[in-house]
Amino acid sequence: MIPALAVRNVSHSYGARKALDDVSFCLSPGSFTVLLGLNGAGKSTLFSLITRLYAARHGEIDIFGHNVMREPGAALRRLGVVFQARTLDLELSVMQNLIYHAALHGIGPIEAHRLGQAALARAGLADRAKDKARSLSGGQMRRVEIARALLHDPRLLLLDEPTVGLDIKARADLLALVRELVQEKSLGVLWATHLIDEIANDDQVVILHHGKVLTADSAPAIVAGQGVANIGDAFTRITGAAREKLSA
Amino acid sequence: MSERAAPTGFTLRQYLICLSGVVWREGLRFLHQRERFVSALVRPLVWLFIFAAGFRQVLGVSIIPPYETYVLYEVYIAPGLMAMIQLFNGMQSSLSMVYDREMGNMRTLLVSPFPRWFLLGSKLLAGVAVSILQVYAFLLIAYFWEIEPPTNWGYLTVLPALALSGLMLGALGMLLSSLIRQLENFAGVMNFVIFPMFFASSALYPLWRVKESSPWLYYVCEVNPFTHAVELIRFAFYEKVAWTSLAIVFAYTSAFLVAAIVAYDPARGMLMRRGG
Repeated sequence: MIPALAVRNVSHSYGARKALDDVSFCLSPGSFTVLLGLNGAGKSTLFSLITRLYAARHGEIDIFGHNVMREPGAALRRLGVVFQARTLDLELSVMQNLIYHAALHGIGPIEAHRLGQAALARAGLADRAKDKARSLSGGQMRRVEIARALLHDPRLLLLDEPTVGLDIKARADLLALVRELVQEKSLGVLWATHLIDEIANDDQVVILHHGKVLTADSAPAIVAGQGVANIGDAFTRITGAAREKLSA
Repeated sequence: MSERAAPTGFTLRQYLICLSGVVWREGLRFLHQRERFVSALVRPLVWLFIFAAGFRQVLGVSIIPPYETYVLYEVYIAPGLMAMIQLFNGMQSSLSMVYDREMGNMRTLLVSPFPRWFLLGSKLLAGVAVSILQVYAFLLIAYFWEIEPPTNWGYLTVLPALALSGLMLGALGMLLSSLIRQLENFAGVMNFVIFPMFFASSALYPLWRVKESSPWLYYVCEVNPFTHAVELIRFAFYEKVAWTSLAIVFAYTSAFLVAAIVAYDPARGMLMRRGG
């Protein structure tokens, strides 16, 4: 089976500072994969490379078999992204934001309106289509951004720390929405976070630490491999060992 | 419309949808930012109504092409003010691109599967369309100040000149936006780009006068792309073509555009050196 996302031996530096060091992992279609790492681990850099904001200095990134640098059009049209920073245009209405995004994927306004209404209904925001984006709460904005990212029917969804700044209920609602989408649409999801409690039992987990992948496996397998009680302890032990190795 | 798949997998119709979407969004933003429209209009009008009226007696203008008679100083500086609107608009677009990049909005544009040169070109065209609207709003008010072309055809013949000069100044703004690290650094653009470009040009005084007082400043004005944008507009408003200026503006536009596209190229661009 072709992986939804294949990252192979990717390294990247900003000047002398190495942000990613030989990063490799795969993400299957229909799987929820958590990219777990502390702040500064290299998660956002990896997202920038996958979304082709800039090019990886070494290594390859494929989305459903399409190389991001060699076939950017084919790769990016299969990809939906929710960035860490809020990227809605606050001056425009919710629906205008969706129509603009659809145009960036070659979808005309009539079709975009239809798709937008369906996407907002799924996100529980059908009645907010005409409201200015500025009037939404943080959680609602995130839901609109997810609706927007799915408008062109991508097969892979990237979310870069989407729950930052949200209250407990909004966080739980957002996670539930995305997990539902994985089930319903067989969507591949890469969810970057530093919050252990966002990991569910059957999730795939990639632990990124100081730009290196320390482990990539299912959550139960990682926990069992470390002989600990939960994924939080496993993360502490794995990153602690890496820290000791680094200082030795 | 052709539905034949283009090399990147998009049809011509989809390219047009993308282009019109970017222009539509820029238009909506412009409508929502009324103060931007008002200030874009007030700036040249202050120059026209106050500066030009005050200097009318001091700065006499001899008969130089494209004028066939003595003209009032207000008439002389009107093309410079049209270009000034476009200069400020180009820099305003640049400012909004830096802002969008800092706020993350730029990423939604750049993550589109359309080729990056097309996305940047669409953004540029959207900015040019807005600047042309501003210029015509200025011309409408200037008409009541008796600033008008010899015949009404001048309003039409000036349009391609405005499109080309708008493209040049917009492409320069786009290039600058890729070089500016942070929003705070933008004040430098005012001091080091807008003011020198405007004052070291033929916008406010004919170059023969500059040459009389300072030959080196004259050469600076001659290589200043803004001078040629002004002359292109001045001649077009009088239904004439300033061929040298046309060639120079065209060359500068191409150079700025290529440099901006390279700067935003994922593999070679400036974004990478800064880490986004």
